[in-house]
Amino acid sequence: MGVVKNSKLTGDIMSLVKITTSALAISAVCATAAVARDQVQVAGSSTVLPYASIVAEAFGENFDFPTPVVESGGSSAGLKRFCEGVGENTIDVANASRKIKEKEVKACAENGVTDIIEVRIGYDGIVFASDINGNSFEFTPEDWYKALSETIVVDGEIVANPNKNWNEVNASFPDQPIQAYIPGTKHGTREVFEEKVILAGCEATGDFEAFKAANGDDKKAAEKACIAIRTDGKSVDIDGDYTETLARIESNKDGIGVFGLAFYENNTDKLSVATMSGVVPSVESISTGEYPVSRPLFFYVKKAHIGVIPGLKEYAEFFVADEIAGPDGPLAEYGLVSDPELATVQSTVAEETVMGGGS
Amino acid sequence: MTDMSNSTTPQNSLLRQDARTIRRNRAETRFKAYGVAAISVGLLMLVILLVTIIGRGAGAFQQTFLTLDVQLLEAKLDKKGNRDLEDIKKVSTFGYAPLMAAALEKKVAQSDVESDLKPKEMAALLSKDAAAQLRDFVLANPDLIGTSVEFRFLTNSRVDGYMKGRVTRASIANDKSINAEQLDLVDALIKDGALEKRFNLAFITGADASDARPEAAGMGVSMIGSLFMMLVVLALALPIGVAASIYLEEFAPKNWITDIIEVNISNLAAVPSIVFGILGLAVFINYMHLPNSAPLVGGLVLTLMTLPTIIISTRASLKSVPPSIRDAALGVGASKMQSVFHHVLPLAAPGILTGTIIGLAQALGETAPLLLIGMVGFIASNAPDGIASGLMDPNSAMPAQIYEWAKRADPAFYERAWGGIIILLVFLITMNAIAVMLRRRFERRW
Repeated sequence: MGVVKNSKLTGDIMSLVKITTSALAISAVCATAAVARDQVQVAGSSTVLPYASIVAEAFGENFDFPTPVVESGGSSAGLKRFCEGVGENTIDVANASRKIKEKEVKACAENGVTDIIEVRIGYDGIVFASDINGNSFEFTPEDWYKALSETIVVDGEIVANPNKNWNEVNASFPDQPIQAYIPGTKHGTREVFEEKVILAGCEATGDFEAFKAANGDDKKAAEKACIAIRTDGKSVDIDGDYTETLARIESNKDGIGVFGLAFYENNTDKLSVATMSGVVPSVESISTGEYPVSRPLFFYVKKAHIGVIPGLKEYAEFFVADEIAGPDGPLAEYGLVSDPELATVQSTVAEETVMGGGS
Repeated sequence: MTDMSNSTTPQNSLLRQDARTIRRNRAETRFKAYGVAAISVGLLMLVILLVTIIGRGAGAFQQTFLTLDVQLLEAKLDKKGNRDLEDIKKVSTFGYAPLMAAALEKKVAQSDVESDLKPKEMAALLSKDAAAQLRDFVLANPDLIGTSVEFRFLTNSRVDGYMKGRVTRASIANDKSINAEQLDLVDALIKDGALEKRFNLAFITGADASDARPEAAGMGVSMIGSLFMMLVVLALALPIGVAASIYLEEFAPKNWITDIIEVNISNLAAVPSIVFGILGLAVFINYMHLPNSAPLVGGLVLTLMTLPTIIISTRASLKSVPPSIRDAALGVGASKMQSVFHHVLPLAAPGILTGTIIGLAQALGETAPLLLIGMVGFIASNAPDGIASGLMDPNSAMPAQIYEWAKRADPAFYERAWGGIIILLVFLITMNAIAVMLRRRFERRW
């Protein structure tokens, strides 16, 4: 009995071997042929990812090109891959939640990526939110600076931040322990938070001058002293996504987190948003510039790939078209603050104007 | 019998348990109790896990649909009236939105539901996917322009959440995506029978969807991605692994070189999978210039990860074949190779297959190496149209898709992540069941 079964099994194995060898051959052929890529490849900021995926989906539906592929990973990671060189196995578009840096432009140029088209798609608001059932807050940048900076000035002297509760920061706040969840340093959001909230608060309180005096009139050092965040556990860096920040707040009701506007608007049943300098964050208040904490979002296109990768230019033009990125388009509906100068951006894309004001 | 009755009345028995024996017996009883407790804790955890997964994920298999009669107006869809497909294609999905708004308005008027909502606000109840669905239908049936067709559209994730109890009237206070009047309309449409929850096949077969329409997202394309990766793993890891272990076990001389190889294979099995991911990025993508996010690259990486598992289990099952079988074969004049392929390998085959399937199941659920070769993001949007495109075109894999969904902002994606886990678990349980079955049917013990 056993022997009969086993010999049958041997037959199975032999046929399996045949199948596997043929599959091997097929995959080898595929690998060597390196079929011409027919879809646009995008990578970069996780803040831009939802917008890019909405555009990619609509693009795939409305054009005869396949749906572009959008990878996440962060602005810096995306730009690094973008600058790896020109060719089919490099990405065509990098999404970024900040402007490309001088250093990155140089790195690009070294690898032959010289003509880069910079496209600003709109603005994103950064909001501060706490648990829906907790206290509500009306912040100013000074409050955040006093709550989170490593060192602050008390009675004319620079001391390690002594504040433990919000009511020590601002007498009008409730007696609630300070516990902030802020984006980690690999996020573009962190830079905006440091610059537009902590540094602004530092300057508004006048501590900036004190730091400058203490550092021998060195502006850079003073800025550094301002934006150094305390490391005693009152402020926690979140390296993951906003969902992780949300989970932290759900487990610690005293926590206050930093979110993107679009994320907050999808979770209004769990989060209560704080005002900043008396302004409630919304698409409207950000577009008028009333709400202070916002930043532009970009994507960068490799000009050398236009005409080589089918659909690349169409994708870029579709992204900034009025029906997509305009104030009534699906991106604005999701939480993007549309660019008031969209027409200029559209002509940049249409004329393929590269960065660096020339060529 | 008399012995037994005596043992129940041990007063005059000569056997006296001394204190040490009693202590030993008690220790044994206690140990058994610990064992039972450990198993119960384990089972409890399993039950909690399964109940949580099913409780949270089952909702993803159902979706809310709204049935509507849509008037396919010629004036909107084919202005020239010549049914030229190129002209019809020029109308984008945005051009289809007014048709649906009009259809919903008509529906509301017919079923005398009171509503002060503007047609545009009514249409907001529908999924953004509805326009795409309508456009695809018109492009496939251009001759139906000018007629009225009944459609079943997806509703948006908030309406679906309301049907599933995730969204309540209290929770939408600050939500700008839906308001109380819209929910009133939803209630009226439920009463009318047009709005209902039903099984959603698209969740199992469909492609990923963008953040604006979580209700349309499905696992189908990433499932195909996983399938192609498993094919690559099977095609490479099985022959390489089996050949390597047969040579090591049956032919190789026992010396310090084979000892080092052996130790290294065992060590490789314990290397964290992320290491294979970064290796794949460096070798397959940066050096060999294979395309990003391709299932072929994913399969190659997972092959590296699975090989040690297959080699170890193959060697174990080759070892378990008694030497007498080899001796007998050699004794009647078979060559070494004949004795291996005619006698040892068939007897070891069930063990090899079991090990391979377990290795595949492990590879199927692996996420970490895929993060590094670009399989996370909005990737699984195009179903491949052949073997070549299945291997080379960007695609995601089931666990990577689940990870991606869990990160997204809309809570509806969270439910889908749990639903995806259910699908993944079904695959894993099936594969393990096949492994157990093979072992049961074919395994021989000596």
